[in-house]
Amino acid sequence: MLNQFTIAELTAKLQAKETSSREIVDACFKRIEAVDGEIKAFISHDRDDALRQADAADLLLRQGTTFREKPLLGIPIAIKDVLSVKGHPLNCCSKILGKYISPYDASVISKLREAGAVVFGRLNMDEFAMGSSTENSAFFTTRNPWDRSRIPGGSSGGSAASVAADECIASLGSDTGGSIRQPAALCGCVGIKPTYGRVSRYGLVAFASSLDQIGPFTKTVRDGAILLEAISGHDLKDSTSVPQPVPHYSSLLNGEIKGLKIGLPREYMVGGLDPEVQAATKKAVETLQSLGAEVVEISLPHTDYAVATYYIVATAEASANLARFDGIRYGLRVDGADPIELYSKTRGSGFGAEVKRRIILGTYVLSSGYYDAYYLRAQKVRTLIRNDFLKAFEKVDAIVTPTTPTPAFKVGEKSDDPLQMYLSDIFTISCNLAGICGMSLPCGFSKSPKLPIGLQILGKPFGEETMLNLAYAYEQNSSWHLEKPVL
Amino acid sequence: MSDFDVKYVAHLARIALTPEEEVKIGGQLHDILGYIEKLKALDVTGVEPTAHAFPLSNVFRADEVTGSLTNAEALANAPSKANGLFIVPKIVE
Repeated sequence: MLNQFTIAELTAKLQAKETSSREIVDACFKRIEAVDGEIKAFISHDRDDALRQADAADLLLRQGTTFREKPLLGIPIAIKDVLSVKGHPLNCCSKILGKYISPYDASVISKLREAGAVVFGRLNMDEFAMGSSTENSAFFTTRNPWDRSRIPGGSSGGSAASVAADECIASLGSDTGGSIRQPAALCGCVGIKPTYGRVSRYGLVAFASSLDQIGPFTKTVRDGAILLEAISGHDLKDSTSVPQPVPHYSSLLNGEIKGLKIGLPREYMVGGLDPEVQAATKKAVETLQSLGAEVVEISLPHTDYAVATYYIVATAEASANLARFDGIRYGLRVDGADPIELYSKTRGSGFGAEVKRRIILGTYVLSSGYYDAYYLRAQKVRTLIRNDFLKAFEKVDAIVTPTTPTPAFKVGEKSDDPLQMYLSDIFTISCNLAGICGMSLPCGFSKSPKLPIGLQILGKPFGEETMLNLAYAYEQNSSWHLEKPVL
Repeated sequence: MSDFDVKYVAHLARIALTPEEEVKIGGQLHDILGYIEKLKALDVTGVEPTAHAFPLSNVFRADEVTGSLTNAEALANAPSKANGLFIVPKIVE
Protein backbone atom coordinates (compact mmCIF):
# COMPACT_ATOMS: atom_id res chain seq x y z
CA MET A 1 0.00 0.00 0.00
CA LEU A 2 3.04 2.28 0.32
CA ASN A 3 2.82 2.75 -3.45
CA GLN A 4 -0.43 4.68 -2.96
CA PHE A 5 1.14 7.48 -0.97
CA THR A 6 2.44 10.83 -2.17
CA ILE A 7 6.02 12.14 -2.12
CA ALA A 8 5.14 14.46 0.78
CA GLU A 9 3.61 11.59 2.81
CA LEU A 10 6.47 9.18 2.09
CA THR A 11 9.26 11.61 2.92
CA ALA A 12 7.53 12.19 6.29
CA LYS A 13 7.35 8.43 6.87
CA LEU A 14 10.98 7.97 5.88
CA GLN A 15 12.03 10.82 8.13
CA ALA A 16 10.11 9.25 11.03
CA LYS A 17 11.78 5.91 10.20
CA GLU A 18 8.35 4.30 9.77
CA THR A 19 9.40 2.76 6.49
CA SER A 20 12.37 2.37 4.14
CA SER A 21 13.02 3.19 0.52
CA ARG A 22 13.37 -0.56 -0.12
CA GLU A 23 9.85 -1.15 1.18
CA ILE A 24 8.47 1.64 -1.01
CA VAL A 25 10.25 0.37 -4.12
CA ASP A 26 9.08 -3.17 -3.32
CA ALA A 27 5.50 -1.97 -3.03
CA CYS A 28 5.72 -0.27 -6.45
CA PHE A 29 7.11 -3.44 -8.07
CA LYS A 30 4.40 -5.59 -6.44
CA ARG A 31 1.84 -3.23 -7.89
CA ILE A 32 3.46 -3.35 -11.32
CA GLU A 33 3.40 -7.14 -11.21
CA ALA A 34 -0.26 -7.11 -10.23
CA VAL A 35 -1.66 -4.55 -12.68
CA ASP A 36 0.77 -3.69 -15.45
CA GLY A 37 -0.15 -6.72 -17.51
CA GLU A 38 -3.41 -4.88 -18.09
CA ILE A 39 -2.31 -1.23 -17.92
CA LYS A 40 0.92 -1.67 -19.93
CA ALA A 41 2.45 1.58 -18.72
CA PHE A 42 6.01 0.20 -18.61
CA ILE A 43 7.92 -1.14 -21.57
CA SER A 44 10.72 -2.28 -19.27
CA HIS A 45 12.08 -1.91 -15.75
CA ASP A 46 15.11 -3.07 -13.84
CA ARG A 47 14.14 -4.16 -10.36
CA ASP A 48 17.66 -4.93 -9.13
CA ASP A 49 18.92 -1.54 -10.21
CA ALA A 50 16.01 0.18 -8.43
CA LEU A 51 16.61 -1.82 -5.25
CA ARG A 52 20.32 -0.93 -5.31
CA GLN A 53 19.39 2.75 -5.44
CA ALA A 54 16.84 2.22 -2.66
CA ASP A 55 19.45 0.57 -0.43
CA ALA A 56 21.85 3.44 -1.08
CA ALA A 57 19.10 5.89 -0.07
CA ASP A 58 18.33 3.89 3.08
CA LEU A 59 22.02 3.98 4.01
CA LEU A 60 22.12 7.76 3.60
CA LEU A 61 18.98 8.05 5.73
CA ARG A 62 20.58 5.97 8.47
CA GLN A 63 23.67 8.15 8.26
CA GLY A 64 21.53 11.21 8.90
CA THR A 65 21.06 12.77 5.46
CA THR A 66 18.07 15.12 5.68
CA PHE A 67 15.29 15.90 3.21
CA ARG A 68 16.50 19.48 3.20
CA GLU A 69 19.69 18.18 1.59
CA LYS A 70 18.01 15.57 -0.60
CA PRO A 71 14.28 16.35 -0.99
CA LEU A 72 13.46 13.14 -2.91
CA LEU A 73 15.63 10.73 -0.94
CA GLY A 74 14.40 7.17 -1.47
CA ILE A 75 11.36 8.10 -3.60
CA PRO A 76 10.87 5.95 -6.74
CA ILE A 77 10.23 8.03 -9.84
CA ALA A 78 9.54 6.42 -13.22
CA ILE A 79 10.79 7.84 -16.52
CA LYS A 80 9.28 8.32 -19.97
CA ASP A 81 11.17 6.45 -22.69
CA VAL A 82 12.38 9.73 -24.21
CA LEU A 83 14.90 10.64 -21.49
CA SER A 84 18.46 9.32 -21.33
CA VAL A 85 19.30 7.26 -18.24
CA LYS A 86 22.89 6.04 -18.34
CA GLY A 87 23.23 2.29 -18.93
CA HIS A 88 19.50 1.84 -19.59
CA PRO A 89 17.67 1.29 -22.88
CA LEU A 90 16.14 4.26 -24.71
CA ASN A 91 13.77 3.62 -27.58
CA CYS A 92 11.37 6.58 -27.79
CA CYS A 93 8.97 3.68 -28.34
CA SER A 94 10.32 3.38 -31.88
CA LYS A 95 11.85 0.46 -33.75
CA ILE A 96 14.55 2.71 -35.18
CA LEU A 97 16.62 2.88 -32.00
CA GLY A 98 17.12 -0.88 -31.92
CA LYS A 99 19.03 -1.94 -28.81
CA TYR A 100 20.23 1.57 -27.97
CA ILE A 101 21.66 2.04 -24.46
CA SER A 102 22.06 5.62 -23.19
CA PRO A 103 25.72 6.54 -22.66
CA TYR A 104 24.88 9.40 -20.27
CA ASP A 105 22.23 10.78 -17.92
CA ALA A 106 19.88 13.57 -19.03
CA SER A 107 20.30 16.67 -16.83
CA VAL A 108 16.90 16.08 -15.19
CA ILE A 109 18.03 12.56 -14.30
CA SER A 110 21.26 13.91 -12.76
CA LYS A 111 19.13 16.34 -10.76
CA LEU A 112 16.79 13.57 -9.58
CA ARG A 113 19.81 11.54 -8.51
CA GLU A 114 21.30 14.53 -6.65
CA ALA A 115 17.95 14.92 -4.89
CA GLY A 116 18.17 11.25 -3.83
CA ALA A 117 15.38 9.79 -6.00
CA VAL A 118 15.25 6.16 -7.11
CA VAL A 119 15.12 6.53 -10.91
CA PHE A 120 13.51 3.54 -12.60
CA GLY A 121 11.56 2.11 -15.54
CA ARG A 122 10.92 3.03 -19.15
CA LEU A 123 7.39 4.35 -19.62
CA ASN A 124 5.36 3.87 -22.78
CA MET A 125 4.63 6.77 -25.11
CA ASP A 126 3.68 7.58 -28.68
CA GLU A 127 6.70 7.05 -30.93
CA PHE A 128 9.03 10.07 -30.60
CA ALA A 129 6.31 11.76 -28.51
CA MET A 130 4.13 12.18 -31.60
CA GLY A 131 0.57 11.38 -30.68
CA SER A 132 -2.20 11.79 -28.14
CA SER A 133 -3.04 8.22 -27.17
CA THR A 134 0.10 5.96 -27.02
CA GLU A 135 -1.39 4.12 -30.01
CA ASN A 136 1.67 5.22 -31.99
CA SER A 137 4.02 3.28 -29.70
CA ALA A 138 5.95 0.57 -31.54
CA PHE A 139 5.50 -1.64 -28.43
CA PHE A 140 1.84 -1.57 -27.38
CA THR A 141 -0.97 0.76 -26.36
CA THR A 142 -1.18 1.74 -22.69
CA ARG A 143 -4.66 1.46 -21.20
CA ASN A 144 -6.48 4.06 -19.16
CA PRO A 145 -6.64 2.82 -15.54
CA TRP A 146 -10.21 4.12 -15.23
CA ASP A 147 -11.45 2.17 -18.26
CA ARG A 148 -9.18 -0.31 -20.00
CA SER A 149 -11.02 0.03 -23.31
CA ARG A 150 -9.85 3.64 -23.48
CA ILE A 151 -6.59 5.42 -24.21
CA PRO A 152 -4.60 7.06 -21.39
CA GLY A 153 -3.81 10.09 -23.54
CA GLY A 154 -0.43 10.86 -24.96
CA SER A 155 2.20 11.19 -25.78
CA SER A 156 3.22 10.61 -22.13
CA GLY A 157 0.47 8.02 -21.62
CA GLY A 158 2.66 5.61 -19.66
CA SER A 159 3.78 8.40 -17.34
CA ALA A 160 0.18 9.33 -16.53
CA ALA A 161 -1.21 5.79 -16.27
CA SER A 162 1.63 4.59 -14.00
CA VAL A 163 0.95 7.39 -11.51
CA ALA A 164 -2.84 6.99 -11.69
CA ALA A 165 -2.49 3.22 -11.15
CA ASP A 166 -0.08 3.73 -8.20
CA GLU A 167 2.70 1.80 -9.96
CA CYS A 168 5.12 4.57 -8.99
CA ILE A 169 5.02 7.60 -6.72
CA ALA A 170 5.60 10.12 -9.51
CA SER A 171 6.98 10.18 -13.04
CA LEU A 172 8.55 12.41 -15.64
CA GLY A 173 7.20 13.10 -19.10
CA SER A 174 7.65 15.64 -21.87
CA ASP A 175 5.21 18.12 -23.39
CA THR A 176 5.49 19.56 -26.90
CA GLY A 177 1.82 20.32 -27.55
CA GLY A 178 0.06 18.89 -24.51
CA SER A 179 1.83 15.57 -24.00
CA ILE A 180 1.94 16.02 -20.21
CA ARG A 181 -1.29 17.90 -19.54
CA GLN A 182 -3.61 15.87 -21.82
CA PRO A 183 -2.72 12.41 -20.38
CA ALA A 184 -2.69 13.85 -16.85
CA ALA A 185 -6.25 15.08 -17.44
CA LEU A 186 -7.44 11.80 -18.98
CA CYS A 187 -5.91 9.64 -16.22
CA GLY A 188 -6.79 11.94 -13.31
CA CYS A 189 -3.42 13.12 -12.06
CA VAL A 190 -1.46 16.34 -11.86
CA GLY A 191 0.79 17.17 -14.82
CA ILE A 192 2.95 20.26 -15.24
CA LYS A 193 4.48 21.77 -18.38
CA PRO A 194 7.00 24.32 -17.17
CA THR A 195 7.78 27.61 -18.93
CA TYR A 196 10.05 27.08 -21.94
CA GLY A 197 13.62 27.28 -20.63
CA ARG A 198 12.72 26.48 -17.01
CA VAL A 199 13.95 22.88 -17.22
CA SER A 200 17.03 21.72 -19.14
CA ARG A 201 16.32 19.59 -22.22
CA TYR A 202 19.80 18.03 -22.26
CA GLY A 203 19.32 14.28 -22.66
CA LEU A 204 15.70 14.60 -23.85
CA VAL A 205 15.42 13.17 -27.36
CA ALA A 206 14.39 16.24 -29.35
CA PHE A 207 11.05 16.35 -31.16
CA ALA A 208 10.43 20.10 -31.65
CA SER A 209 13.20 21.95 -29.91
CA SER A 210 11.43 25.31 -29.57
CA LEU A 211 8.37 23.67 -27.95
CA ASP A 212 9.63 20.69 -25.90
CA GLN A 213 9.74 20.84 -22.10
CA ILE A 214 10.15 18.10 -19.49
CA GLY A 215 7.76 18.05 -16.55
CA PRO A 216 6.37 16.01 -13.64
CA PHE A 217 3.33 13.76 -13.18
CA THR A 218 2.19 13.48 -9.57
CA LYS A 219 -0.78 12.57 -7.39
CA THR A 220 -1.07 16.03 -5.81
CA VAL A 221 -0.19 19.65 -6.56
CA ARG A 222 2.25 19.71 -3.64
CA ASP A 223 4.15 16.76 -5.10
CA GLY A 224 4.17 18.53 -8.47
CA ALA A 225 5.76 21.56 -6.84
CA ILE A 226 8.37 19.39 -5.08
CA LEU A 227 9.32 17.55 -8.26
CA LEU A 228 9.31 20.67 -10.46
CA GLU A 229 11.63 22.37 -7.99
CA ALA A 230 14.01 19.41 -8.16
CA ILE A 231 14.31 19.39 -11.97
CA SER A 232 14.27 23.14 -12.71
CA GLY A 233 17.20 25.45 -13.25
CA HIS A 234 19.78 26.73 -15.66
CA ASP A 235 22.07 24.18 -17.30
CA LEU A 236 25.25 24.91 -19.24
CA LYS A 237 24.45 21.88 -21.40
CA ASP A 238 21.21 23.42 -22.72
CA SER A 239 21.75 26.87 -24.20
CA THR A 240 17.97 27.47 -24.20
CA SER A 241 17.65 26.94 -20.46
CA VAL A 242 17.10 30.29 -18.80
CA PRO A 243 19.40 31.57 -16.02
CA GLN A 244 16.63 32.42 -13.55
CA PRO A 245 16.68 31.41 -9.90
CA VAL A 246 14.37 28.51 -8.98
CA PRO A 247 11.74 29.49 -6.38
CA HIS A 248 11.07 27.13 -3.50
CA TYR A 249 7.77 26.18 -5.13
CA SER A 250 6.54 23.73 -2.49
CA SER A 251 7.04 26.07 0.48
CA LEU A 252 5.27 28.87 -1.38
CA LEU A 253 1.99 26.93 -1.54
CA ASN A 254 -0.41 28.60 0.87
CA GLY A 255 -3.75 28.39 -0.94
CA GLU A 256 -4.16 32.14 -0.55
CA ILE A 257 -5.65 33.33 -3.84
CA LYS A 258 -7.78 36.27 -2.71
CA GLY A 259 -7.71 39.01 -5.33
CA LEU A 260 -5.95 36.90 -7.96
CA LYS A 261 -7.41 37.55 -11.38
CA ILE A 262 -8.17 34.50 -13.50
CA GLY A 263 -9.00 34.81 -17.17
CA LEU A 264 -11.57 32.69 -18.99
CA PRO A 265 -10.88 32.77 -22.73
CA ARG A 266 -14.19 32.99 -24.57
CA GLU A 267 -12.68 31.13 -27.54
CA TYR A 268 -12.27 27.97 -25.45
CA MET A 269 -15.96 27.45 -24.74
CA VAL A 270 -16.52 26.21 -28.25
CA GLY A 271 -18.67 23.68 -30.03
CA GLY A 272 -17.33 20.15 -29.62
CA LEU A 273 -16.75 20.72 -25.91
CA ASP A 274 -18.27 17.83 -23.99
CA PRO A 275 -21.12 19.06 -21.72
CA GLU A 276 -19.74 17.25 -18.65
CA VAL A 277 -16.28 18.78 -19.25
CA GLN A 278 -17.88 22.18 -19.64
CA ALA A 279 -19.89 21.75 -16.42
CA ALA A 280 -16.87 20.54 -14.43
CA THR A 281 -14.78 23.51 -15.63
CA LYS A 282 -17.56 25.91 -14.70
CA LYS A 283 -17.86 24.43 -11.21
CA ALA A 284 -14.09 24.61 -10.70
CA VAL A 285 -14.11 28.27 -11.68
CA GLU A 286 -16.92 28.87 -9.18
CA THR A 287 -14.82 27.21 -6.48
CA LEU A 288 -11.86 29.46 -7.28
CA GLN A 289 -14.22 32.42 -7.20
CA SER A 290 -15.58 31.41 -3.81
CA LEU A 291 -11.99 31.36 -2.55
CA GLY A 292 -11.56 34.99 -3.51
CA ALA A 293 -10.28 34.84 -7.08
CA GLU A 294 -11.69 37.38 -9.46
CA VAL A 295 -12.94 36.03 -12.79
CA VAL A 296 -12.36 38.06 -15.94
CA GLU A 297 -13.50 37.14 -19.43
CA ILE A 298 -10.62 37.44 -21.86
CA SER A 299 -10.06 36.91 -25.56
CA LEU A 300 -7.31 34.92 -27.27
CA PRO A 301 -8.41 35.79 -30.81
CA HIS A 302 -5.93 33.58 -32.68
CA THR A 303 -6.88 30.37 -30.85
CA ASP A 304 -8.47 28.91 -33.96
CA TYR A 305 -5.11 29.04 -35.78
CA ALA A 306 -3.07 27.28 -33.09
CA VAL A 307 -3.42 23.68 -34.31
CA ALA A 308 -2.48 24.59 -37.90
CA THR A 309 0.48 26.69 -36.69
CA TYR A 310 1.62 23.90 -34.41
CA TYR A 311 1.56 21.24 -37.13
CA ILE A 312 3.82 23.40 -39.29
CA VAL A 313 6.29 24.52 -36.62
CA ALA A 314 6.48 21.17 -34.80
CA THR A 315 6.79 19.02 -37.91
CA ALA A 316 9.40 21.35 -39.46
CA GLU A 317 11.54 21.10 -36.35
CA ALA A 318 10.92 17.34 -36.13
CA SER A 319 12.03 16.79 -39.73
CA ALA A 320 15.37 18.40 -38.86
CA ASN A 321 15.75 16.75 -35.44
CA LEU A 322 14.90 13.25 -36.64
CA ALA A 323 17.42 13.45 -39.49
CA ARG A 324 19.94 12.01 -37.02
CA PHE A 325 18.21 8.62 -37.15
CA ASP A 326 19.96 7.48 -40.30
CA GLY A 327 21.33 4.04 -39.45
CA ILE A 328 24.93 5.17 -39.25
CA ARG A 329 25.87 5.82 -35.62
CA TYR A 330 23.29 3.94 -33.58
CA GLY A 331 20.14 1.92 -33.71
CA LEU A 332 18.62 0.05 -36.60
CA ARG A 333 20.43 -0.23 -39.94
CA VAL A 334 18.93 -1.66 -43.12
CA ASP A 335 21.72 -2.00 -45.67
CA GLY A 336 21.59 -0.43 -49.09
CA ALA A 337 23.84 -0.17 -52.14
CA ASP A 338 24.75 3.44 -51.35
CA PRO A 339 24.30 5.77 -48.35
CA ILE A 340 21.03 7.26 -49.63
CA GLU A 341 19.48 3.82 -50.08
CA LEU A 342 20.71 2.83 -46.61
CA TYR A 343 19.15 5.96 -45.04
CA SER A 344 15.86 5.56 -46.89
CA LYS A 345 15.45 1.87 -46.16
CA THR A 346 16.48 2.28 -42.51
CA ARG A 347 14.06 5.16 -41.98
CA GLY A 348 11.33 3.53 -44.04
CA SER A 349 11.33 0.39 -41.91
CA GLY A 350 12.34 1.97 -38.58
CA PHE A 351 9.78 4.77 -38.29
CA GLY A 352 6.06 4.21 -37.72
CA ALA A 353 3.29 5.80 -39.79
CA GLU A 354 2.73 8.95 -37.69
CA VAL A 355 6.44 9.76 -37.53
CA LYS A 356 6.76 9.32 -41.29
CA ARG A 357 3.75 11.56 -41.85
CA ARG A 358 5.16 14.30 -39.69
CA ILE A 359 8.69 14.16 -41.09
CA ILE A 360 7.32 14.32 -44.64
CA LEU A 361 5.02 17.23 -43.74
CA GLY A 362 7.89 19.03 -42.00
CA THR A 363 10.18 18.46 -44.96
CA TYR A 364 7.53 19.85 -47.29
CA VAL A 365 6.85 23.05 -45.31
CA LEU A 366 10.59 23.75 -45.17
CA SER A 367 11.29 22.91 -48.81
CA SER A 368 12.32 25.44 -51.41
CA GLY A 369 9.31 27.30 -52.76
CA TYR A 370 7.08 26.50 -49.78
CA TYR A 371 9.14 27.82 -46.87
CA ASP A 372 7.64 31.33 -46.96
CA ALA A 373 4.09 30.19 -47.55
CA TYR A 374 4.07 27.66 -44.73
CA TYR A 375 6.95 27.79 -42.25
CA LEU A 376 7.64 31.53 -42.20
CA ARG A 377 3.92 32.31 -42.13
CA ALA A 378 3.40 29.89 -39.23
CA GLN A 379 6.23 31.53 -37.30
CA LYS A 380 4.49 34.87 -37.77
CA VAL A 381 1.15 33.47 -36.61
CA ARG A 382 3.04 32.07 -33.65
CA THR A 383 3.96 35.66 -32.77
CA LEU A 384 0.27 36.62 -32.91
CA ILE A 385 -0.67 33.68 -30.66
CA ARG A 386 2.07 34.56 -28.18
CA ASN A 387 1.02 38.21 -28.20
CA ASP A 388 -2.59 37.18 -27.41
CA PHE A 389 -1.33 35.57 -24.21
CA LEU A 390 1.05 38.36 -23.24
CA LYS A 391 -1.77 40.85 -23.72
CA ALA A 392 -4.15 38.74 -21.64
CA PHE A 393 -1.55 38.45 -18.89
CA GLU A 394 -1.51 42.24 -18.58
CA LYS A 395 -5.04 41.87 -17.20
CA VAL A 396 -4.99 38.50 -15.43
CA ASP A 397 -2.62 36.44 -13.27
CA ALA A 398 -3.55 33.08 -14.78
CA ILE A 399 -5.89 31.57 -17.35
CA VAL A 400 -8.27 28.68 -16.65
CA THR A 401 -9.64 26.34 -19.32
CA PRO A 402 -10.62 22.69 -19.76
CA THR A 403 -7.49 20.61 -20.50
CA THR A 404 -9.21 18.50 -23.15
CA PRO A 405 -12.50 18.84 -25.07
CA THR A 406 -13.67 15.36 -23.99
CA PRO A 407 -12.74 12.65 -21.47
CA ALA A 408 -10.61 9.70 -22.67
CA PHE A 409 -11.70 8.26 -26.01
CA LYS A 410 -11.74 4.60 -26.99
CA VAL A 411 -8.71 2.72 -28.25
CA GLY A 412 -8.96 2.79 -32.06
CA GLU A 413 -11.52 5.61 -32.16
CA LYS A 414 -9.22 8.18 -33.78
CA SER A 415 -6.19 6.17 -34.80
CA ASP A 416 -7.08 6.24 -38.50
CA ASP A 417 -7.80 9.95 -38.65
CA PRO A 418 -4.69 11.97 -37.80
CA LEU A 419 -6.44 15.32 -38.15
CA GLN A 420 -9.14 14.38 -35.61
CA MET A 421 -6.38 13.18 -33.29
CA TYR A 422 -4.57 16.52 -33.68
CA LEU A 423 -7.74 18.45 -32.87
CA SER A 424 -8.00 16.67 -29.50
CA ASP A 425 -5.03 18.84 -28.43
CA ILE A 426 -6.81 22.07 -29.22
CA PHE A 427 -6.67 23.50 -25.66
CA THR A 428 -3.09 22.54 -24.83
CA ILE A 429 -1.17 23.47 -27.99
CA SER A 430 -1.14 27.29 -27.67
CA CYS A 431 0.74 27.13 -24.37
CA ASN A 432 3.79 25.59 -26.06
CA LEU A 433 3.65 28.01 -28.98
CA ALA A 434 3.54 30.92 -26.52
CA GLY A 435 6.25 29.37 -24.32
CA ILE A 436 4.25 29.96 -21.13
CA CYS A 437 3.68 27.45 -18.30
CA GLY A 438 0.63 25.24 -17.91
CA MET A 439 -0.69 22.39 -15.84
CA SER A 440 -3.63 20.04 -15.51
CA LEU A 441 -5.26 18.82 -12.31
CA PRO A 442 -8.36 16.73 -11.61
CA CYS A 443 -11.63 18.70 -11.50
CA GLY A 444 -14.30 16.01 -11.79
CA PHE A 445 -15.52 12.84 -13.46
CA SER A 446 -17.94 11.99 -16.21
CA LYS A 447 -20.89 9.95 -14.98
CA SER A 448 -21.05 6.87 -17.11
CA PRO A 449 -18.48 5.60 -17.69
CA LYS A 450 -16.63 7.27 -14.82
CA LEU A 451 -13.67 9.05 -16.43
CA PRO A 452 -11.46 11.83 -15.06
CA ILE A 453 -11.81 15.42 -16.25
CA GLY A 454 -8.89 17.84 -16.09
CA LEU A 455 -8.71 21.56 -15.39
CA GLN A 456 -5.96 23.45 -17.18
CA ILE A 457 -4.30 26.43 -15.52
CA LEU A 458 -1.99 28.52 -17.70
CA GLY A 459 0.51 30.88 -16.09
CA LYS A 460 2.73 33.74 -17.14
CA PRO A 461 6.25 33.02 -18.34
CA PHE A 462 8.03 31.89 -15.17
CA GLY A 463 4.74 32.30 -13.32
CA GLU A 464 4.77 28.73 -11.96
CA GLU A 465 4.37 29.97 -8.35
CA THR A 466 1.01 31.61 -8.98
CA MET A 467 -0.19 28.77 -11.21
CA LEU A 468 0.71 26.16 -8.58
CA ASN A 469 -0.87 28.14 -5.78
CA LEU A 470 -4.16 28.45 -7.68
CA ALA A 471 -4.08 24.70 -8.32
CA TYR A 472 -3.27 24.05 -4.67
CA ALA A 473 -6.12 26.27 -3.47
CA TYR A 474 -8.54 24.35 -5.70
CA GLU A 475 -7.21 20.96 -4.67
CA GLN A 476 -7.53 21.82 -0.96
CA ASN A 477 -11.19 22.50 -1.62
CA SER A 478 -11.97 19.42 -3.70
CA SER A 479 -11.52 15.68 -3.33
CA TRP A 480 -11.24 14.45 -6.91
CA HIS A 481 -7.52 13.77 -6.50
CA LEU A 482 -8.26 11.31 -3.68
CA GLU A 483 -10.33 8.98 -5.87
CA LYS A 484 -8.60 5.88 -7.20
CA PRO A 485 -9.44 3.70 -10.20
CA VAL A 486 -10.65 0.18 -9.41
CA LEU A 487 -7.95 -2.22 -10.58
CA MET B 1 -0.91 22.21 -52.17
CA SER B 2 -2.32 20.59 -55.31
CA ASP B 3 1.24 19.93 -56.48
CA PHE B 4 2.15 18.06 -53.28
CA ASP B 5 4.05 14.98 -54.44
CA VAL B 6 4.41 12.56 -51.56
CA LYS B 7 6.92 10.42 -53.43
CA TYR B 8 9.25 13.34 -54.07
CA VAL B 9 9.03 14.79 -50.55
CA ALA B 10 9.56 11.34 -49.00
CA HIS B 11 12.71 11.08 -51.10
CA LEU B 12 13.88 14.47 -49.80
CA ALA B 13 13.23 13.18 -46.27
CA ARG B 14 15.11 9.94 -47.04
CA ILE B 15 12.14 7.74 -46.16
CA ALA B 16 11.37 4.74 -48.38
CA LEU B 17 7.60 4.30 -48.65
CA THR B 18 5.75 1.26 -49.96
CA PRO B 19 3.20 1.97 -52.72
CA GLU B 20 0.40 1.45 -50.14
CA GLU B 21 2.01 3.96 -47.79
CA GLU B 22 2.34 6.48 -50.61
CA VAL B 23 -1.40 6.30 -51.21
CA LYS B 24 -2.39 6.37 -47.53
CA ILE B 25 0.09 8.96 -46.25
CA GLY B 26 -0.32 11.05 -49.39
CA GLY B 27 -4.09 11.23 -48.85
CA GLN B 28 -3.79 12.03 -45.15
CA LEU B 29 -1.24 14.76 -45.79
CA HIS B 30 -3.47 16.21 -48.46
CA ASP B 31 -6.23 16.59 -45.81
CA ILE B 32 -3.83 18.04 -43.25
CA LEU B 33 -2.43 20.53 -45.78
CA GLY B 34 -6.00 21.50 -46.59
CA TYR B 35 -6.60 22.24 -42.91
CA ILE B 36 -3.36 24.22 -42.64
CA GLU B 37 -4.48 26.43 -45.54
CA LYS B 38 -6.57 28.38 -43.02
CA LEU B 39 -3.43 30.28 -41.97
CA LYS B 40 -3.52 32.01 -45.36
CA ALA B 41 -6.66 33.86 -44.26
CA LEU B 42 -4.65 35.84 -41.71
CA ASP B 43 -2.92 39.10 -42.51
CA VAL B 44 0.63 38.79 -41.19
CA THR B 45 2.04 41.91 -42.85
CA GLY B 46 4.68 43.46 -40.62
CA VAL B 47 4.55 40.65 -38.03
CA GLU B 48 7.97 39.42 -36.87
CA PRO B 49 8.39 35.61 -36.92
CA THR B 50 8.91 33.78 -33.59
CA ALA B 51 11.54 31.06 -33.70
CA HIS B 52 11.85 30.75 -29.93
CA ALA B 53 9.52 32.04 -27.25
CA PHE B 54 12.46 33.28 -25.17
CA PRO B 55 15.36 33.93 -27.50
CA LEU B 56 18.67 34.08 -25.65
CA SER B 57 21.56 35.43 -27.63
CA ASN B 58 25.30 35.03 -27.12
CA VAL B 59 25.10 32.10 -24.74
CA PHE B 60 28.70 31.47 -23.72
CA ARG B 61 30.38 29.27 -21.18
CA ALA B 62 33.92 29.38 -19.88
CA ASP B 63 36.39 28.00 -22.41
CA GLU B 64 37.34 25.00 -20.34
CA VAL B 65 37.93 21.43 -21.41
CA THR B 66 35.35 19.11 -19.84
CA GLY B 67 34.74 15.39 -20.14
CA SER B 68 33.07 13.83 -23.17
CA LEU B 69 32.30 10.33 -24.40
CA THR B 70 35.28 8.10 -25.08
CA ASN B 71 35.70 6.57 -28.51
CA ALA B 72 34.46 3.22 -27.20
CA GLU B 73 31.38 4.81 -25.57
CA ALA B 74 30.55 6.74 -28.74
CA LEU B 75 30.76 3.55 -30.79
CA ALA B 76 28.95 1.33 -28.31
CA ASN B 77 25.58 1.64 -30.10
CA ALA B 78 26.96 1.52 -33.66
CA PRO B 79 25.27 -0.97 -36.01
CA SER B 80 28.63 -1.58 -37.71
CA LYS B 81 32.12 -0.57 -36.57
CA ALA B 82 35.81 -1.46 -36.92
CA ASN B 83 39.12 0.02 -35.73
CA GLY B 84 37.38 2.68 -33.67
CA LEU B 85 35.33 3.89 -36.65
CA PHE B 86 31.79 3.62 -37.99
CA ILE B 87 31.51 1.42 -41.07
CA VAL B 88 29.42 2.97 -43.88
CA PRO B 89 28.73 1.98 -47.47
CA LYS B 90 31.18 3.16 -50.10
CA ILE B 91 30.61 6.86 -50.83
CA VAL B 92 33.33 7.65 -53.43
CA GLU B 93 34.17 5.24 -56.22
